[in-house]
Amino acid sequence: MTVAVYVAGGILTIAVLLALYRAVRGPSILDRVLALDVVLAVVGAGLVLNMVMGRHLDNLVLLVTISLIGFIGSVTVARFVTDRK
Amino acid sequence: MVNDVIVSILLIGGALMSLAAGIGLARFPDLLSRMHAATKPQVLGLLLFLLALAVEFESWVLVPVLVLCWIFQLLTSPVSAHMVGRAGYRTRHLRRDLLTLDELDDVVARAAEGEPAGPGRAGETRPEAGDTPA
Repeated sequence: MTVAVYVAGGILTIAVLLALYRAVRGPSILDRVLALDVVLAVVGAGLVLNMVMGRHLDNLVLLVTISLIGFIGSVTVARFVTDRK
Repeated sequence: MVNDVIVSILLIGGALMSLAAGIGLARFPDLLSRMHAATKPQVLGLLLFLLALAVEFESWVLVPVLVLCWIFQLLTSPVSAHMVGRAGYRTRHLRRDLLTLDELDDVVARAAEGEPAGPGRAGETRPEAGDTPA
């Protein structure tokens, strides 16, 4: 179990690094929003890992909140992106 | 013991979904294809992680919260992907040479054809509408 948690944590680390690379490089603001959305999803996954590892349920509310925050963030940015020629 | 194995598989599977999204974000050529990769950890990955939680704790009290969390994500992620895709299409953050079929192009062309008359005539009719009551 501990091994599985560590392996999953390692995979998540690689994933978040790739997403952050896109967030830094991303040619447009929409790419960055997408990448940060993925980062947020990975943070939620990390919270679950923490709960499984420590056998507690403290992060559950945070998990629900994170899934809403990501939605609000990307919709807001997408709404206000304008066409700069 | 069996639970431990199931939880391990679910956790690693969910992490692999995030990895797939990360690789997709880093390697795919334009916004629209990256968008498809990016919704992977939010729906399937989150489902696997929440299942892992449910199996680990084995309590029915937990299930409604987990279902709520997943339903939220299931409802919101297509909407946000749609908004991002729409904004991307409008601001031309896509590579047209990669599209096999652009169904919106027709609609946009027709709207652009009808459009010049629209605002122009509205500008002209506004004074007339003001004149007729007077």
